[in-house]
Amino acid sequence: MTGPAGGPNRRGGPLTGTLHLARLVLRRDRVLLPIWVLLIAVLPAFYAATYAELYPTAAQRAEYALTTAGNPSIVALLGPLHGDSVGALTAQRAGLLHLIVGLISLLVVVRHTRTEEEAGRRELLGATVLGRYAGLAAALLVTCAADLLLGLLVTGGLVAADQPAAGSLAFGLSVALAGIVFAAVGALAAQLTESAAGARGLGLSMLGAAYLLRLAGDAGDREWLSRLSPLGWAQRTHPYAGERWWPLALLAGLAALVGAAAFRLSVRRDLGAGVLPQRLGPPTAGPALAGPWGLAWRLHRGSLLGWTVCAAALGAVLGGAADAAGNAVHGNETLARVIERLGGSSALAEAYLGAALSIVALAAAGCGIQAALRMRAEETAQRAEPVLATGVGRSRWLLSHLVFALLGPAVMLAVTGAATGLSYGLSVSDVAGRAPRLTGAALAHVPAVWVLVGLTVLLFGLLPRLSVGGAWAALAACLLLGQLGSVLELSQWLLDLSPFTHTPQLLGATVDPLPLLALTATSAALLALGLATFRRRDLPTP
Amino acid sequence: MDTAIEVTGLVKTFGRTRALDGLELTVRAGEVHGFLGPNGAGKSTAIRVLLGLLRADAGAARLLGGDPWRDAVALHRRLAYVPGDVTLWPNLTGGEVIDLLGRLRGGIDQRRRDELLTAFELDPRKKGRAYSKGNRQKVGLVAALAADVELLILDEPTSGLDPLMEGVFQHWVGRARAEGRTVLLSSHILGEVEALCDRVTIIRNGRAVETGTLAELRHLQRTSVDAELAGPPHGLAELPGVHNLRIDGDRVRFDVDTPVLDAALGRLTEIGVRSLVSRPPTLEELFRRHYESAAAPAGATR
Ligand SMILES: Nc1ncnc2c1ncn2[C@@H]1O[C@H](COP(=O)(O)OP(=O)(O)OP(=O)(O)O)[C@@H](O)[C@H]1O
Ligand SMILES: [Mg+2]
Repeated sequence: MTGPAGGPNRRGGPLTGTLHLARLVLRRDRVLLPIWVLLIAVLPAFYAATYAELYPTAAQRAEYALTTAGNPSIVALLGPLHGDSVGALTAQRAGLLHLIVGLISLLVVVRHTRTEEEAGRRELLGATVLGRYAGLAAALLVTCAADLLLGLLVTGGLVAADQPAAGSLAFGLSVALAGIVFAAVGALAAQLTESAAGARGLGLSMLGAAYLLRLAGDAGDREWLSRLSPLGWAQRTHPYAGERWWPLALLAGLAALVGAAAFRLSVRRDLGAGVLPQRLGPPTAGPALAGPWGLAWRLHRGSLLGWTVCAAALGAVLGGAADAAGNAVHGNETLARVIERLGGSSALAEAYLGAALSIVALAAAGCGIQAALRMRAEETAQRAEPVLATGVGRSRWLLSHLVFALLGPAVMLAVTGAATGLSYGLSVSDVAGRAPRLTGAALAHVPAVWVLVGLTVLLFGLLPRLSVGGAWAALAACLLLGQLGSVLELSQWLLDLSPFTHTPQLLGATVDPLPLLALTATSAALLALGLATFRRRDLPTP
Repeated sequence: MDTAIEVTGLVKTFGRTRALDGLELTVRAGEVHGFLGPNGAGKSTAIRVLLGLLRADAGAARLLGGDPWRDAVALHRRLAYVPGDVTLWPNLTGGEVIDLLGRLRGGIDQRRRDELLTAFELDPRKKGRAYSKGNRQKVGLVAALAADVELLILDEPTSGLDPLMEGVFQHWVGRARAEGRTVLLSSHILGEVEALCDRVTIIRNGRAVETGTLAELRHLQRTSVDAELAGPPHGLAELPGVHNLRIDGDRVRFDVDTPVLDAALGRLTEIGVRSLVSRPPTLEELFRRHYESAAAPAGATR
């Protein structure tokens, strides 16, 4: 290795070597980073072009805004609508971008800080001349630069799609700053916990809380809740509707504050340790830790518990907001008429809940994929090897993890459904009626989730090196198809690629079990194939 | 059954690398067998094939009378394995890992486990990520040495252990042999090999280049001779098996293949010997000869 920036003879400050490390980060992410930046950057322009084509006149847009985009359930899920210009519709439709960019930024920062430390690679580099802050600074530098680049590309794309420059800039910057805020959150989480998984969990809970606050605030007449959430700020720049710039300043300030806290903490702890101290554990294994199942339970229980708690919170908020969403149409004559046609405000609430549950289903798929990918993490960390060198066969080892990858998301969906039904039922005084109905509707997504888990296991068996990227890409594709499909009127075969397209909407419709059975069979076939290929292949060597 | 491990013509390729290239290895039941070779020679690869973690491309391997790939599960209950870099689950304590691995092998000898913990001075209450490199290694060693198994497969098991602990390790491997267990020990530590191994196999570029007891291997090596003679040292260069002959007046220095040492000494006494220093090859020289030529084409010597 060549010397760090500035050469070996110069005295270094706390940031010495940052640029070197940043280059290393860029090199390691040279494929992934451009892909996600470009993929996300083209989306808003895409939306804008589509809206301009679908609703060319102001009257058409006003109608659309009133009946669809202004629909409280859409507002709750995507964010507030400011006006009915093409730009305004686009900004709302692209509202989830703040969440997605925040999510990616957070994961990238954790990947280049805590994951590195856990793998011992930071130590290797730390022994060369590096400043105290260099590791963290490099990860943040690259992520924030990517976020800013993304923001500018979004702006450019929108301008190219004939949108006013000021609004485009406001929107682009709001996306960039949402990313930067959660990059800082990721940096902070990476200091507080000792493991990468813990840091991801902590960071994701903060991101989830921010989204839930925004959702709850925008669902009814509780805008103040939205104003507590950084995601709420990011969606209050009113692009193309008399831009407000102060929320951007607020976001930048928050990012600076959180980032500074992360830097402070990073020098107050040892390399490899967290801020919270380490405790001693039991000197012998309890009776539960007797076989591969016991081990898998120990490895999965923390994250499954986290997912389930978040799911319960999400369900409670969704359900609580449903009635407000159903009733928020008072004073909006046209919308009220549309809703009457659809079957009344309770039908509207259920439509909103149905849409919300499809998003929860994606999160559940994330939970399942994460659990399935733990097998990959175990084998690359050489922790599968000692287990497979004992009396545990490959099938038993894989199945012990698979149980959690299959049941985890099912439990998560059931809990979300039950919590949604409970809180919605309480607000309309009909718990006995709503809770089972919503639990059932949530569980209907399980087969589709299992298809993604099956795909993950197949990748793990067949193309282990691609399994992590491939599985998450598949989930992202499902998310995009679900989000874009409705707007772009994509052809059916493309939509059919996503297993979630085939999930029947149980709420208010008669149930056709056939698609559910077909999905389950598909998932079983994928799992069997994954197991068969895993039994045949080499285990990775260090 | 008198052979614990029997490997013939084993080939394993990774893309364009031939990690194993026709490996032959025989480990007799009840012996401690040293498995040696320079970095990248293919030791760990061979061990992983024997454990059914990698699938060989060609050749045959028998382990405790079974097929390491097909009968993996049944065989694994009869052996214990320690890798060169033990990785632990961050949220499990060392004691939990020892018990878990023991139970996965079908039981652990509780008294032995406690004895080993004391001997290795290991605190079983620490969480996986809190152990140092050497202590992680001890967790793997305690789990393996406490197991009631026929075969121990140890791949550089003492990397990171301090010299005291190295001694403890040697004591326990000695006990394992006394109890009739077979040990396959891959190691770079010559003292360990010399103290423990009944026989050794040296491999290079995925092929066995030497196998036998240490005494036999020494015999194959050259003895170096440094002598002052009564007259001019004629006729030495013509003798077969004499190498690196340096003549400095009446003083000669040369290396001679140990089997023809007798002939060389006979020639010296004919000339008349004033003083003589002869040194058998050290283990280090023995390895150096095999290891250093790893870069040279097969068959070439220094
Ligand atoms: N998964 C893999 N992909 C490609 N090459 C590999 C892989 N595993 C091992 N090799 C190569 O196979 C050869 C043998 O490696 P192996 O780990 O068996 O050596 P070793 O004798 O154990 O060395 P050491 O003493 O350093 O542990 C090396 O050249 C190594 O680079
Ligand atoms: Mg090795």
